[in-house]
Amino acid sequence: MIRRQAIAWFAAASMALAASGALAQSKAAAPAPPVAPQTVKIAFIDPLSGPFAGVGTNLLRHFQFMTELVNAQQLAGPGIRFEMVPFDNKASPQESLTVLKQVIDQGIRYVAQGNGSGAALALSDAIEKHNERNPAQSIVFMNYAAVDPDLTNSKCSFWHFRFDANTDMKMEALTAYIKNRPEVKNVFLINQNYSHGQQVSRVAKEMLAQKRPDIKIVGDDLHPLGQVRDFSPYIAKMRAANADTIITGNWGPDLALLVRAARDAGLNANFYTYYAGVIGTPTAIGAAGENHIRQVSYWHPNITPDYPYEKMMLEFKKRFNEEWYTVATFTSLTVLAEGIKRAKSTDPLKVAYAMEGVKLTVPHGEIEMRATDHQLLQPLWISSWTKVGGPNRNDIEKTGYTWKTEVAYPTYVASQPTSCQMKRPSRAQ
Amino acid sequence: MYDATLSQALYGVSYGLLLFMLAAGLTLIFSMMGVLNFAHASFYMLGAYFAYQLSLWLGFWPALVAAPVLLFIIGALVERWGLRRVHKWGHVPELLFTFGLSYIIVELVQVIWGRAAVAYRVPDELDGPVAWLQQMGITFPQYRMFMMAVAIGMLASIWLVLTRTRIGLVIQAALTHPQQVEALGHNVPQVFMLVFGGGSALAGLAGVVGGNAFVTEPAMAGTVGAIVFVVIVVGGMGSLVGAFIAALLIGLLENFGKASDFTGLKLLQALGVELTPDAALYPVLKLTMSQVAPVLPYLLLVVILIVRPKGLLGTRED
Repeated sequence: MIRRQAIAWFAAASMALAASGALAQSKAAAPAPPVAPQTVKIAFIDPLSGPFAGVGTNLLRHFQFMTELVNAQQLAGPGIRFEMVPFDNKASPQESLTVLKQVIDQGIRYVAQGNGSGAALALSDAIEKHNERNPAQSIVFMNYAAVDPDLTNSKCSFWHFRFDANTDMKMEALTAYIKNRPEVKNVFLINQNYSHGQQVSRVAKEMLAQKRPDIKIVGDDLHPLGQVRDFSPYIAKMRAANADTIITGNWGPDLALLVRAARDAGLNANFYTYYAGVIGTPTAIGAAGENHIRQVSYWHPNITPDYPYEKMMLEFKKRFNEEWYTVATFTSLTVLAEGIKRAKSTDPLKVAYAMEGVKLTVPHGEIEMRATDHQLLQPLWISSWTKVGGPNRNDIEKTGYTWKTEVAYPTYVASQPTSCQMKRPSRAQ
Repeated sequence: MYDATLSQALYGVSYGLLLFMLAAGLTLIFSMMGVLNFAHASFYMLGAYFAYQLSLWLGFWPALVAAPVLLFIIGALVERWGLRRVHKWGHVPELLFTFGLSYIIVELVQVIWGRAAVAYRVPDELDGPVAWLQQMGITFPQYRMFMMAVAIGMLASIWLVLTRTRIGLVIQAALTHPQQVEALGHNVPQVFMLVFGGGSALAGLAGVVGGNAFVTEPAMAGTVGAIVFVVIVVGGMGSLVGAFIAALLIGLLENFGKASDFTGLKLLQALGVELTPDAALYPVLKLTMSQVAPVLPYLLLVVILIVRPKGLLGTRED
């Protein structure tokens, strides 16, 4: 009885300590020996077949490229190597869970996933349950791209860490930008009809009402995901509604076709997007989007004066003849390596605690893994699609076009409060 | 003045005509050979990729001719060395053969051109809006006009070939009385080969003009595959004119549907019924027309199958 109370007290104390970012106590209590050289396997669970295979294979290459870097620089400590193990979830939440069983069976303790919040929610939930039942085989989930805010709010989990900025944060930056653009008067929202698109639409309306109550929402359309071949009727509707600004969370062909239909119809409106930089989309947009497309992102290839990650990007391009654009593959592995170094262990529980509150200076700015909800805080950029030239020197997908900074927002601007009530496991096992 | 309705109608018709180009080859092959070609949409995709590659080497106009010719050759080879061998086992193996073929083509395209979209662009001559429509206040791309012209030209030439030429007469005769035609000294298997090649070439032509109007990527076959079957079933299996009418109908239905904010709630309101959000069926009734528009063609398919199973202009009773 006394023993159980002591454990409970210890758990409560560690929660408080973790929240304040102090790790001194655990270090002092158990001076761990240096970590033995070993290979840390990371399961990559994303679509490697089907319509989204292009995105999936490109990102797997991102990760493999990044592990080489981490290993060469020994970021996680001497002799500790990262290795990516690819698994195909066919972009389906159900398939992700089947694959997770294989991951567990193979004794892999770290999982990276990003394409689709549906799959991310399923994985986060399954991992939480698995870890509760099998604390000795706990798994850490590194979400590098699924942006559903629920993952770090109502459905947050101790084992889930997000390295992309979520929908709310990106919309905060977009609307902060729109706030100072008097030419924005009539906004038309068009989104894919599933959780992500619905959230973009909802948050856009909320935040615009707060920041610019004079703006009229002249349209709010949801269309089926990946089904629309001809967007011209939507464009006609935008024109009839006198829209000057389009806000969309669309990605892949749904974004490319939308932009091209707009240009064909001579629609003179600006597009504010989340995903205009994803592989294949720049090619499809091409000249159609010149000066009409804006993007919110945590990086783009022409950030002056330092051009963060430019060398890395060029080397990746040379080697794979593909674009490098997902900085979250870098930040996630860097933060994981830092966690292992601080925990002096590769044990998922210790590493997870060590990653909480990690603050680092990386090439694109200050980042912090917020302890309360495991959301990475980082700077954001609004950029526009423009001809290559001058300081905007990095061509994208050989289109002759690239991204130019409109505004840079430091980390604090887009930070959003969280409603996460995190359940933390006991530190000692 | 901007006339939204006229502009919507133009877009609807041009989209419908593209669907017709796709469906024409499929319905021809079906009516003449009884083969439901599942690889048809893959030939459409191949047409777009060939045109992309050839337009890099030779320019758009030679590609417009050369890509369908290549597709004709591929189609004829597939018939000669594939379908003809499977034919003797009946229709199901034929179906499975074309089904498998569609997968192989998609994979091949990904191996050769990669998984992402390729930059297949509208030629500069046809880039920009139509001037005389612009004066009327309607922005309509020249390329869509061109697309419509190609489709109508295609319909006219198929009709001429089938009814006014000797080969057309042999084809028609071979359909209903193959033994008799063979007895008269005509090479019926060769006629079938020509028909299959011709149908594939039509799909290729649709790919050449559709690939740059939309996006050329490995998923493009999948996105049109289902809708083309809707067109030929609604039009009546094997009926060219039926496919034409059905394609226009579906094009207009989708276009006007997407642009409409009409909901079941508004209909009830007009009838004097007010519903609260907790009423039964409220979530269904509040869906706008634009949200359900992409489903409308399939709804039409179901209704046609119930009301008139042979399709609008179909002749088959079985």
